[in-house]
Amino acid sequence: MTLNDIIDPKNLVYAKTKVMNDTPMHYCPGCSHSVVHKLIAEVIEELDIQDKTIGIAPVGCAVFGYKYIDIDWQQAAHGRAPSLATAVKRLLPDRYVFTYQGDGDLAAIGTAETIHTCNRGENIAIFFINNGIYGMTGGQMAPTTLNGMKSTTSPSGRTVPLSGHPLDMTKLLAQLDGTCYVTRQSVHNIANIRKTKKAIKKALENSMLDKGTSVVEIVSTCSAGWNMTPADSNNWMEQNMIPAYPLGDMKDI
Amino acid sequence: MEEVRLMKGNEAIAEAAIRCGCDGYFGYPITPQSEIMETMMAIAPWNTTGMVVLQAESELASINMVFGAAGCGKRAMTSSSSPGVSLMQEGISDLACAELPCVLVNVMRGGPGIGTIQASQADYYQSVKGGGHGDYKMIVLAPASVQEMADHTVLAFDLAFQYRIPTMILTDGIIGQMMEKAILPPFRPRLTNDEIREKYPWATLGKTADRAPNYILTLELYSEDMEIINLRLQANYKRIQEAEVRYEEFSCEDADYLIIAFGTSARISQKVVELAREEGIKVGLLRPITLFPFPTNEIKAYASQVKAMLTVELNAGQMVDDVRLAVNGQVPVEHYGRLGGIIPTPDEVLEAMKRLIVNK
Repeated sequence: MTLNDIIDPKNLVYAKTKVMNDTPMHYCPGCSHSVVHKLIAEVIEELDIQDKTIGIAPVGCAVFGYKYIDIDWQQAAHGRAPSLATAVKRLLPDRYVFTYQGDGDLAAIGTAETIHTCNRGENIAIFFINNGIYGMTGGQMAPTTLNGMKSTTSPSGRTVPLSGHPLDMTKLLAQLDGTCYVTRQSVHNIANIRKTKKAIKKALENSMLDKGTSVVEIVSTCSAGWNMTPADSNNWMEQNMIPAYPLGDMKDI
Repeated sequence: MEEVRLMKGNEAIAEAAIRCGCDGYFGYPITPQSEIMETMMAIAPWNTTGMVVLQAESELASINMVFGAAGCGKRAMTSSSSPGVSLMQEGISDLACAELPCVLVNVMRGGPGIGTIQASQADYYQSVKGGGHGDYKMIVLAPASVQEMADHTVLAFDLAFQYRIPTMILTDGIIGQMMEKAILPPFRPRLTNDEIREKYPWATLGKTADRAPNYILTLELYSEDMEIINLRLQANYKRIQEAEVRYEEFSCEDADYLIIAFGTSARISQKVVELAREEGIKVGLLRPITLFPFPTNEIKAYASQVKAMLTVELNAGQMVDDVRLAVNGQVPVEHYGRLGGIIPTPDEVLEAMKRLIVNK
């Protein structure tokens, strides 16, 4: 096969989804956000819902989600994305509405909004990126930071006496009667990327079935915040994050 | 046929909102304004107009629900009282930055802190000077009767959408709780999504093939871009200042002294004008109906007619600053107010007026 054969469109084996635009991403090498963005965009294309989907961006690295996924977006104040999504979905019940939030946004400052939105069973999808750190502000301790894990605000490692226990928000949300689908996934290898895509699709489909809130947590890397290479981040996540935040469905009604 | 009813100010707001095509109300209970949400829940407009009424878990949630709804071009509103409105300030700043039209109601009570549940006007600064972070303003309407509670609800939605700006009805526990007769506004249908798409092309209703995606944003990384947004906001405020000043005059033509008061204080001051004139003191009342835009030029014009001015406010002296700026030292401007939820009687204000400006 020559170079010309390889670039011949009829030999194409992979194409970027049209719902993803060509803007160069600001995400760091090795960051999970870019993979999750791509999966959401692919699912939107496959479900053919680009004109019916409204994304709610958080405060955090994914605040710029609107630059990459070619749909209508609103940008929420820190932690309040579920409140915006609640109103959008209630007023536009035939639209697909999702929030995209990090652990600081969803499990610290937005805890009340997250719990009450899920408890009301709003028919939205919540995509929750858990990398155990505040990425955008430069690597501070998050509610999901593991015990012993170093951050710029826990330079000797997180301790329970000072900061309490890591918060397993997703487990908590699975207990609420308003949620219909609660799952924890990751995107650190091909098999898990495929599972995450299925979960994203199911969550968006659920939002039209009047079943309640779907929550997809994606255990993620933050190579810059963790001070690791992309490859080391993946390994570290597999060895440390996933044992603390085990993958799989917690609820599927 | 027009519909006249004896009702509370808070109830008038709820009725008027439903009638003027409001799409969504999101609120959290707090005295002295809870009748607004209670009235809506009792009427259950989701069965008739399709309006959404939702009790949120906090004022943080309700103001951000307003943001989400307004971002879709929907007519959204919330109501609260002073401590609750303090909690909403970040959201209001975001709404102002994103240029989202919405209606906010503050039925003021005495502060600071949790304060009292009695009426106050101590949130004047917070309402007209911005309140949250950054350089922004809201249109602020100050009703002085139950009728105006209804009328201003309709007006607030119209102005909010005309100028793409959060618009506040700044009232207090007296106007909210007292009963008067009010003519209710006629029913106006809610806009359909197609109508919203046509009228408000910025709304996030879903990206159709014929347009680029819509973004409702409040973040800009580059100072140059953020300055452009700020300059656009300031230009809008200037347009509003030039076109939307509203006020009412009472016995001002021959006045030697001018009282400036809004809302409940204006109702009391109207009686003060009568009492003073019985004693031969020629007093007039100027009642700002819009607090932003403030009737600066109109007050300034009286500086060459009257000997002195008095603001009557249920606070420690807030609007008096704006009156002093308007007259720029041309005549003395004094303030009389009671604090913490106490409402002065007309006699008390008359005595204060004599002491502070007439016999000085």
